[in-house]
Amino acid sequence: MTNTPTELKYAASHEWLAADGTVGITDFAQDQLGDVVYVELPEVGRVVEAGETIAVVESVKTASDIYAPASGTIIAVNEDLSGSPELVNSAPYEGGWLFKLDVTGEGDLMDAAAYASANN
Amino acid sequence: MVPFGGWDMPVQYTGVKAEHDAVRRAAGVFDVSHMGEFRVTGPGALAFLQHVTTNDVSKLRPGRAQYNWLPGTQGGLVDDIYIYMVREGEYLMVVNASNVSKDWAHLQAHTAGFDVQLTDESERWALLAVQGPQSETLLQPHTSTDLSSKKKNAYFPATLFGFDVWLARTGYTGEDGFEVFTDASEAETIWDKLLAIGITPAGLGARDTLRLEAGFPLYGHEFSDSIHPLSSTYSWVVKDKTHVGREHISLAPPQKLIGLKLDRVPVREGYPVKVGGEVVGHITSGTSSPTLGHPIAMALVQAAHASTDTFEVEVRGKDHPATRMDLPFYKSS
Repeated sequence: MTNTPTELKYAASHEWLAADGTVGITDFAQDQLGDVVYVELPEVGRVVEAGETIAVVESVKTASDIYAPASGTIIAVNEDLSGSPELVNSAPYEGGWLFKLDVTGEGDLMDAAAYASANN
Repeated sequence: MVPFGGWDMPVQYTGVKAEHDAVRRAAGVFDVSHMGEFRVTGPGALAFLQHVTTNDVSKLRPGRAQYNWLPGTQGGLVDDIYIYMVREGEYLMVVNASNVSKDWAHLQAHTAGFDVQLTDESERWALLAVQGPQSETLLQPHTSTDLSSKKKNAYFPATLFGFDVWLARTGYTGEDGFEVFTDASEAETIWDKLLAIGITPAGLGARDTLRLEAGFPLYGHEFSDSIHPLSSTYSWVVKDKTHVGREHISLAPPQKLIGLKLDRVPVREGYPVKVGGEVVGHITSGTSSPTLGHPIAMALVQAAHASTDTFEVEVRGKDHPATRMDLPFYKSS
């Protein structure tokens, strides 16, 4: 049973976007990936388009691309992940967030109900 | 579940790290029923096996097992295998799942002149690998055989939970353990009983991290039809005898298999390995080592760089420093 907070928006590629521009991967995604051991984050100041590959989350077994759920500029990245990448597993919606965007336009996003039913 | 060698295989049950740790500290069980089993029988069985393998099969005695290679006719390996001797003139060969048909065709093509019969028993046998330092202690109450008397590479008939099975003190995780050869129809019951006595179910993910820490090459990664088998540190598998493809194995390998350690970023198969910016090889297997807590990898590099100590590995366009580390990365105490 994975957790899908209702206040967030979701990309089909398993990123969540908060109203303040914070981005992470969903509980479902972290569960599928298994133990996260490394996260490669984008540079602050980078301008991205929704759908662009922007980060990489590596589990023991595999490297997975993370896509920007919205267009905008990277204004912060989660430095805690460099020492504690396992936060992505233990707190995907809190301490395991990836980066923050100054959003200029959202991509094709779902609400929690639509995302949860798509990944049931 | 992922497709693997024509089978649907679980990558993990609860998590790669937890399963890996269970095998290193206690015991885990892998369903490796996808492996192929060929029975080799007849008065010419030994002579045939000597012809198609590199190790000295004449050293085997009934009830013993041996790691071995099937060399190709063009260099490279058809497969790496285990041979279990049942009695004079009867052997069981265990081969990699993805190579069953290829191995079968290769072996059939080399039977001419030998009084030998080959039987593909892959459908008959299920194979459960119980691995970890607690394997003997956990299994002992459920078999009448004194397991402490069975040394590494022993192979013997036994009863386990009341079922007739064959046990082998073999495995590919770098830990002590037993492989259980059971009739396919009884495997599910035995699997459930193994879990019930406290053995952790483990999937392909943990199997790969364990064998990589132990420095064991895996077919399709460190071995193939086109990789010189002496690239690995397993030259002891080649004995002084005449066999298929001998002329290729006598030549010096153009590449060497080395171990690499990285600080943080995991590296994967195919990533370029460089010295001073120049590509000198590639990663064959890589992961983040659950036991050591940092990324480890095996790489095939030009033989001239076999003793180089520092490399770079290109990850998504960026070079990361890597240090040569002797294999195995981890040895059980």
